Parts: sequence; C-alpha cells; structure tokens
Amino acid sequence: MKQITTPISDEVIRELKVGDAVNLSGTMVTGRDAAHKWMIETFIKKTRQPQGDDLQVYEELKKLLNGSVIYHCGPVVAGLDTKEYKFIAAGPTTSIREEPYQADVMKHFNVKGVIGKGGMGAKTLKGCEETPGVYLHAIGGAASFLAQTVVKVHGVFKLDFGVPEAMWVIEVREFPVVVTMDSHGGSQHAVVDEASKKVLDDLLAQPY
Amino acid sequence: MRDLTNEILELIRRTSSSLPPDVEKRLRASIEKEEPGSAARGALETILKNIDLSRANSTPICQDTGTPIFYVHYPVGWSTIKLKGQIRSAMAEATKRSYMRPNAVDAIYDKNTGNNLGGDDFPYIHFEETEGDDLVIELMLKGGGCENVGRQYSLPDNSIGAGRDLAGVRKVVLDAVQKAQGQGCAPGILGVAIGGDRGSSYIKSKEVLFSEMGTRNEDPKLAELEERLTNEANQMGIGPMGFGGKTTVLDTKITGLSRLPASYFVSVSYMCWAYRRRKMTVKGGEVIYD
Repeated sequence: MKQITTPISDEVIRELKVGDAVNLSGTMVTGRDAAHKWMIETFIKKTRQPQGDDLQVYEELKKLLNGSVIYHCGPVVAGLDTKEYKFIAAGPTTSIREEPYQADVMKHFNVKGVIGKGGMGAKTLKGCEETPGVYLHAIGGAASFLAQTVVKVHGVFKLDFGVPEAMWVIEVREFPVVVTMDSHGGSQHAVVDEASKKVLDDLLAQPY
Repeated sequence: MRDLTNEILELIRRTSSSLPPDVEKRLRASIEKEEPGSAARGALETILKNIDLSRANSTPICQDTGTPIFYVHYPVGWSTIKLKGQIRSAMAEATKRSYMRPNAVDAIYDKNTGNNLGGDDFPYIHFEETEGDDLVIELMLKGGGCENVGRQYSLPDNSIGAGRDLAGVRKVVLDAVQKAQGQGCAPGILGVAIGGDRGSSYIKSKEVLFSEMGTRNEDPKLAELEERLTNEANQMGIGPMGFGGKTTVLDTKITGLSRLPASYFVSVSYMCWAYRRRKMTVKGGEVIYD
C-alpha cells in the first residue's frame, strides 16, 4: 500500500501503475457535474461570462487544485445551519459523466489525480498521459466508511449548486483508492470491457 | 386516522443506514469467490465494513440516497392524501437529520430544493388499496449511478440478434450487464420486465426488486432464466466495481406483463449492491419493521 500526500509531484505520478493500492492524504476538492460544466464554460472555453463570485473562486481553485486531486463526490453534509460542516457520507459518484470535461480541467488546473468510480474513457486517459495524472478508483457506495477519512472540511465553494454539486474543500487522511488508469496509457477499465465483450459474444452465440 | 410521520421517519432511517440481511448475506458469501489480495476482494471487504459502520452510526450506506420509491398497501378507510402528506413530512425531516441527501433537483432550472421534496412526483409514491387489515409501507432507495445504467430494449434488436422470445430476452439482459460494466456499483441485482408499454415496463422492472434475494418466479421457465442469467452474467469477469472478478451480479428477478401485439419491450433495472429496501407494517396499534 503506497502512502501519498497532496500536492503530488510528476515523479510520484509517473511511478504509479494500474493496480496500485494507494492511501491518499492531504487537501482535495470535490467536484462533479455542475462544477465541471461551470469550470469549462466559464474559465476554459469561456463561452459564459463570469458572474457573482466566479473570478474570486477561480483564483482560489487555481491554488487549491495545482498538484492536487478532484473528487467526484456529492456528499451528505451535516452542520449546514451552523456552517460547522461535517461529512456524514461521502463515497464516489460515477465518473464517466465528466468524460467530456475532465482532460481539459486536469490540464488547465494541473490536477494530478481524479477520484471517482466506474472509470473514464479515452479522452481522460490521454489527459492522464499529458498532464500527467492518474485516475483513482474509490469503492462506490462505501460512503460512511470513506466519510471517516475526511478529517476536516475547510470550506465550500458554489453552494448555490446544491449540497451534492458544490465544491467542498476537504482534508483527508488515508483515503483508500486503487489506480485504475495511469499516466502511461494503462486502463483497467479498457481491459475489463474488452475481455467481457469477448465473453458476451461467446454467450450470445450459444443456443438457448 | 393515526399520524404515522414519526414511524415513516424511522422507516427511512432504517432503509438508508441498514442493508437488509438477505443482501448482506449474499455479499458476505461472495467474498470467498474472489482471489485473496485482489482489488475485487478488497472492494467487497470495504463494502462489508461500510455496512457495519452505517448500521452502527445511523449514517447513509451510500451518499446517494437515491430516488425514494414508496409502495403503500392500505386497507379500506385510510386516506391516501393524509398518508402522502405524512410521507413527505417524514422525508423532509429525514433530510434535516442527514439520513437522506437533498436529492430533488428541478430539471429545468437546476435548483436543488434542499429537502427531497420536488413537485408532486418526488418522492415517488404508489398507493394500492388492499383487502386485508394491515397497512404496509415499503421503501426502496435507488441511487442514480445504477439507475443510469438501466436499459430498455425494443425487440427484435438486430444489433445483437435478439428476437421476440425468451432467447432474445436473455441476449439483451446480458448485453445490458456488459454495457453497465462496474458503473452501476457492481455487484448488482437485475430487475427485468418483459412486455408492457415503455412506462409500465420500467416500473415493473423496479417493482420486482421489492422481493427477497433468491425469490424465484413461479413460472419455471422464468425461474430457470433468472438462475441462468445470474450465472452467465458472472462469467463475464466484470467483478465488484468493474475491477475484474467473479462477482458481477448477485441475483436476477424477472416478471412478465401483457404487451401490445406490436410491442415487445424488455426493461432492465440495475440495482447497485447498496440494495436498500425496507418495510413497515401497521398491525392494529403496533408498528412492525422487517
């Protein structure tokens, strides 16, 4: 089991290979569908004018994400009234929905790791090679367990997206993940998909 | 009529935080099938730790507390208007207590209501008047990740050579499992409905998921297909979380319904391993939870 703390260097990323189990510590930021769409449209493709606190949040995100990790997660959070936030349940959400955005976000902000579940596609895999970065698979549904590794909630951006879609800045200690896409073009998801397709074709060819 | 808001709140707490024993048993049994030290086995071990922790702390098993699907079987004399009001109050309170994540988002304006009450249809409530004396409320929480990998096929489907018979049904269900990979949080449970229109077919494919693990269809032909599909799905090697492994599907449940001569739909609802479903029964003055 490798122990890695954010911010992560290119050297550490290049050493990681598909199948490696990692315990991750340090600061990371949650971001999912609304956040990725917003980052791409407002700061990367600039098809939308910045509004409200957008530019201020952008400056903060540039610092926070540089060398760090985005976590695809829509947590259950207590303390919304008092702003003494606590993560109650915080497993990964399905990552493939961010496939159109992820590689560009990684390159723009120098994001070294993306945590989620279910894996991502060819565009993100190329983004992992170029940034360089890795895709880190957390255990889907293990929400109470993973919330226990969140030792502190530093704050939240874009809470107007709603609690699940907001960008939460969190401190984690020994958050367990498995590398399923590395910076050398390796993807466990592509391997399993291809192998299972072969079995499916054989099964479909059998008589009823 | 008795106010059941607090009892329904307890039903929601139990459903979100305590996985039914029949599901847990299957998950525990599947561990031994995976190689020691493999990512698949590690995933199952973490899943089991999480099940214990959630139950002990009354915290959600999964942060995606899903679409709340209520089936209310009520005896003559109960008011469905009042029951609906009580379910909705309980849902808002459950959200405040972090048993539920605020999950109702206005699709047009992208606004989360913050309390799990969205228009008239969220939470989803189905009422059925029954002849008995007991009021039974069933609740299932179905997360978005697994809902997104559900599929509906209109047979014949020439792309995989699936005709309008059980042989064709088998083909499309296996296709759905392969396409889902690990994205529906495998190991999953398959709810399959054959027939109906597009709407009724999907609804039935979820309704079958209220039955216990291992419950087989009374029709031996369908019972055999249920067993066969589970077995064949597990040959595909997708495994827990899609890491690769032997445990892809824990069980399959099939139901049939009438169809139009022109239509032959097969709907596959994929349920994640966090198969949250619970039941409460109001028997006279007593409330019993399963």
